[in-house]
Amino acid sequence: MKKFAFALAASAAAVIGFSSAAAAADKTKVCYVYVGSHTDGGYSQAHDLGRQQVQKEFADKVETSYLENVPEGPDAERAIERLARSGCSLIFSTSFGFMDATVKVAAKFPKVKFEHGTGYKTGPNLGTYNSRFYEGRYILGQIAAKTSKNHGAAYIASFPIPEVVMGINSFEQGARSIDPSFKLKVIWVNTWFDPGKEADAAKAMVDQGVDVITQHTDTTAPMQVAEARGIHAFGQASDMIAAGPHAQLTAIVDTWGNYYSKRVKALLDGTWKAEQTWDGLKEGVLTMAAYTNMPDDVKKMAEETEAKIKSGELHPFTGPINKQDGTPWLKAGEKADDATLLGMNFYVEGVDDKLPK
Amino acid sequence: MNIWEAILLTVITASTPLVIAALGELVTERSGVLNLGVEGMMIIGAVAAFVGAQLSGSPYVGILCGIAGGAVSSQLFAFLTLTLVANQVATGLALTLLGLGVSGMIGEGYVSVPGVRLPEIAIPVLSDVPVIGAVLFRQDLIFYLSIVLLLGVNWFLFRSRAGLKLRAIGDSHTSAHALGIHVIRTRYLAVMFGGACAGLAGAQLSLVYTPQWVENMSAGRGWITLALVVFASWRPWRVFAGGYLFGAVTILQLHAQALGLGIPSQYLSMLPYAATIVVLIIISHNRRTTMINTPASLGKAFVPER
Repeated sequence: MKKFAFALAASAAAVIGFSSAAAAADKTKVCYVYVGSHTDGGYSQAHDLGRQQVQKEFADKVETSYLENVPEGPDAERAIERLARSGCSLIFSTSFGFMDATVKVAAKFPKVKFEHGTGYKTGPNLGTYNSRFYEGRYILGQIAAKTSKNHGAAYIASFPIPEVVMGINSFEQGARSIDPSFKLKVIWVNTWFDPGKEADAAKAMVDQGVDVITQHTDTTAPMQVAEARGIHAFGQASDMIAAGPHAQLTAIVDTWGNYYSKRVKALLDGTWKAEQTWDGLKEGVLTMAAYTNMPDDVKKMAEETEAKIKSGELHPFTGPINKQDGTPWLKAGEKADDATLLGMNFYVEGVDDKLPK
Repeated sequence: MNIWEAILLTVITASTPLVIAALGELVTERSGVLNLGVEGMMIIGAVAAFVGAQLSGSPYVGILCGIAGGAVSSQLFAFLTLTLVANQVATGLALTLLGLGVSGMIGEGYVSVPGVRLPEIAIPVLSDVPVIGAVLFRQDLIFYLSIVLLLGVNWFLFRSRAGLKLRAIGDSHTSAHALGIHVIRTRYLAVMFGGACAGLAGAQLSLVYTPQWVENMSAGRGWITLALVVFASWRPWRVFAGGYLFGAVTILQLHAQALGLGIPSQYLSMLPYAATIVVLIIISHNRRTTMINTPASLGKAFVPER
């Protein structure tokens, strides 16, 4: 179904693209590809806020546009190619699943510049960018360990890809740094986006006695359940305080705007180079929403941890860390390298789940 | 509240939209019209209900808006397929696409606005009965409506004269026409009923299930109801049972994961679909009765002789 929707959207966008091309021939075109809608209240919206910042900042020099609801997979290639043909100078493809499509189109259009979000494949005109979400999730884990009355939390997870597994592990690391007996339950819903199913998962966890939930899916439905049932939860991608004024402890918020501005500026200055960027709390592509609904000492601890991660004093994956089965992974003082993190396919000790393969 | 009551409540919330939309589609298909636009009508119902409830402050106005949204969008389909004799499959698909797009446009300003929750209505005396009281008689209006719908549709189709005529049209529109039954008019009404039900199901999504609006929030539930109707061989009680079975397995697999039974989550996610199909195939295995229940004119265009 999405294919049809996309075909319609793509042709509509192409028509708009051509009609405005003549009017703004002297402006540099910067284009975005979203996996969801630009008002999804989560991941894609966060990218769109970044786009709007670019548009505002370079209003007289740059024209931005986007294609939304583009399905991951072969169709994405057509969407990205269409943008490349329509005169975009720089294309940001924002979802992991656009990786191979972006690589293919980048090879076909050597003069167009590409940046792929959260992926790892690069080229002479193709860079990657990502955010160290796990830094924020470590703080969430610490807060959860201080907040939960029964030494545990539940993690509503989408798909068992390295990015998600890394987040689960970082959360557990944070929790265990406070409470070594902390148990993390993981519940896979096998979707990024299904408010009903996400809510069902949250309800199931609450019914089983969990009092803190966190999510790596895209809608505010779990937060809403937490609010209705009187437990605590963490927001994901966007500040979800509106859905959980009494439930949200904090949220990890994607803030791409500064990164996008920096890259567009480089494009305009002619200094753009394909790079692999993996920024975090320090560079501000990831920010923490206000620490709410918690005692002052927990808030103080969270702020201290945040400061330590920003200064580089604390790395969430610092040994000694054992894998889930008890075998050693990192020696005391040893830090995980980026390559291992980006390909993470195992749990650390304390995660109460069997990782789906 | 013990855990079983809690699970039952969650199952009811998950199953109700499937049952409502499927009962509506069942009536539409029994009249011989295949409307694949359930997903589109459902999402229009969801956004209409949400916006209606926001503007009026009353979830009951929201329900009415949801029903109206579904019914109005279904009439577009009816006009194209019944009056202009367009292809039903293609028009149904187009209705889904249109619904997803239009709902996104209408709802653009309502994303992440806190929703209005439909309140529960406790039925006196019955709601105090242990276990089932809390589960069945302290529910919201849409759940009660779903039960009324089940009984009503069953009575209408198999006990009323109008229902007999509707089924006759579904089985052979030419014969029904020759007998003087208004084929097109009846089909318009049947399509409208299906649309109203899909709209009501959408209202349940945005007022009860997850009281909020996000684009595509129906997330494929319209397609599940279409499959339910076919696998239940167009019988209301089977549709009802199938919808609840699907909902129950969906919720239980989440609990099974949380208990850590060690079954890979991909299999568990597949389970609701597999279980529902297998069970409904088994209860519909009698070929003769299935043939009788299948509307023979389903999806065929009707052009009255002049």
